[in-house]
Amino acid sequence: MPDLLEIVVKLALVAAAFAVLPLLVGQAEHKVMAHMQGRLGPMYAGAFHGWAQLVADGVKFAQKESVVPRAADRTVFKLAPAVAIVPYLLVLVVVPVGPDGQVALDLGLGLFFALAVMGVGVIGAIMAGWASANKYSLLGGMRVAAQLMSYELPMVFAASSVAMAAGTLSLSGIVEEWRWWWLPWQAVGAVVFFVAGLAELRRPPFDMPVADSEIIFGPYTEYGGLRFALFLLAEYAGIVVLCALTTVLFLGGWKGPFLNAELGWLWTLLKVFVLAFVVIWLRVTYPRMREDQLQKLAWAYLVPLSLGQLALTGVLKVALA
Amino acid sequence: MGAVGRLPGGGLAKGLAVTLRTMTRRSITRQYPEVQPDLPPRSRGVIALFEENCTVCMLCARECPDWCIYIDSHKETLPAEGGGRPRTRNVLDRFAIDFALCMYCGICIEVCPFDALFWSPEFEYAEYDIAELTHEKERLREWMWTVPPPQAHDAGAEQPKEVAASQRAAARGPARGAARATARGPAARSAPGAGDEGVSDRPPPVRRERGRGAPGDGEGGRTVDGRDAPRRGGTGHGGEDSGGRDA
Repeated sequence: MPDLLEIVVKLALVAAAFAVLPLLVGQAEHKVMAHMQGRLGPMYAGAFHGWAQLVADGVKFAQKESVVPRAADRTVFKLAPAVAIVPYLLVLVVVPVGPDGQVALDLGLGLFFALAVMGVGVIGAIMAGWASANKYSLLGGMRVAAQLMSYELPMVFAASSVAMAAGTLSLSGIVEEWRWWWLPWQAVGAVVFFVAGLAELRRPPFDMPVADSEIIFGPYTEYGGLRFALFLLAEYAGIVVLCALTTVLFLGGWKGPFLNAELGWLWTLLKVFVLAFVVIWLRVTYPRMREDQLQKLAWAYLVPLSLGQLALTGVLKVALA
Repeated sequence: MGAVGRLPGGGLAKGLAVTLRTMTRRSITRQYPEVQPDLPPRSRGVIALFEENCTVCMLCARECPDWCIYIDSHKETLPAEGGGRPRTRNVLDRFAIDFALCMYCGICIEVCPFDALFWSPEFEYAEYDIAELTHEKERLREWMWTVPPPQAHDAGAEQPKEVAASQRAAARGPARGAARATARGPAARSAPGAGDEGVSDRPPPVRRERGRGAPGDGEGGRTVDGRDAPRRGGTGHGGEDSGGRDA
């Protein structure tokens, strides 16, 4: 019975984090982006610096008509938003926030599970592009697919480098093994993982699939109302998941300067928010990359870099052993 | 900074620095409905009418490129005071500007010889119906209270024409210029009626004709008076002035 209670509480906490964290990131993006551009951002909703802006947005989306184009593949069209968002919820289940089982599900294959399921999230966008019966959506969907193909590889290489260093695929196990000198050792891998993750989330500057000046809004062109809101939410949930994974794999997860056991969850959360800030910062700073630049970055830079990181990890691992 | 830009990836770092620096600075957004903008004194918000100065000369209506000024008037005869013939004067019945047509060129204000039109910085007069943008003289007169006092001249700027002219007249010698200096100098400015009394001192009738018609002679006193009037709240002097002018 206590076991069941523990599971229920943990799942409730994961669900709460999944509901709240993406909204916090979204609101932070509103305000940080505004101030980086010399603006104020939302100031009215909720009376204090627009804190309720995303709530208001949600209400607006809920009121809107949900249209399915006549020529669309109705089932796939309606299923796509769910396929886009549910994987990120599943990844959160295996992400440890603290030591000694502060994780909803401590999988031995946690890293493998997380990467595999994150890849499924991209399928949602491809489905949306294919089912919309719209040439712009289709083009966007193809770009999403191309992006997934190229960036999944360096991402997996970088992640496997850490797994190799730790000697385990369990996310909790990786954090247990982590030492501060892994920061310089795995630095290249961390950058490659983070950049490739951004590209997989289609965050600017890698948002070619939704390049509004060319293909309107890519795979999401035909979506409106709550389904569109789900896609947006999936993007922010994806940021949270990517930042959490980067934290766990490369930045030592719950390990902070002091009180690792008691304040572990706080260190994790802090690192996630710092990384989320970096995600927003990059979005504000850089213009969108062209499709060919996007592919070149992956194949000409990230893949060789991650392979180099793998070699470095292997050599050092053998030397230390 | 220049050295950073030349390193590989230095441009990327520079971009990040720019956005981060902007974030730490105060935003330049003005929260308009809550905080009124501080507009420059010569803002072209709306055209205000200083009705007391208007003589219904129709110059503004004729010069208006959009023909958006509507003026109606009638003549009134004033009984003669202390001998002489009765005087007629124009009475303004309607003065309206259609701000749906107005293009805010300001020609009417430039052309008004009696300083009856002014720029006001007031800009919050949007309406729900285009027809309601035609504002009558009562509303235009109300805006007169929002006209700011004229700016002080810049240091070392050219002197105002009126002052320069009176000083030149005074310098021309006490014998020739004494009478005219009293008529057009500082005394005339403080008491506008004095100008018209002073005219009767001038013997040649030809001069009087020119003085009335051409915008040179008696003009100086009026201009200064007109500029002064709104600053003080615009009572009294203007009305007196127009009464005397239409003889």
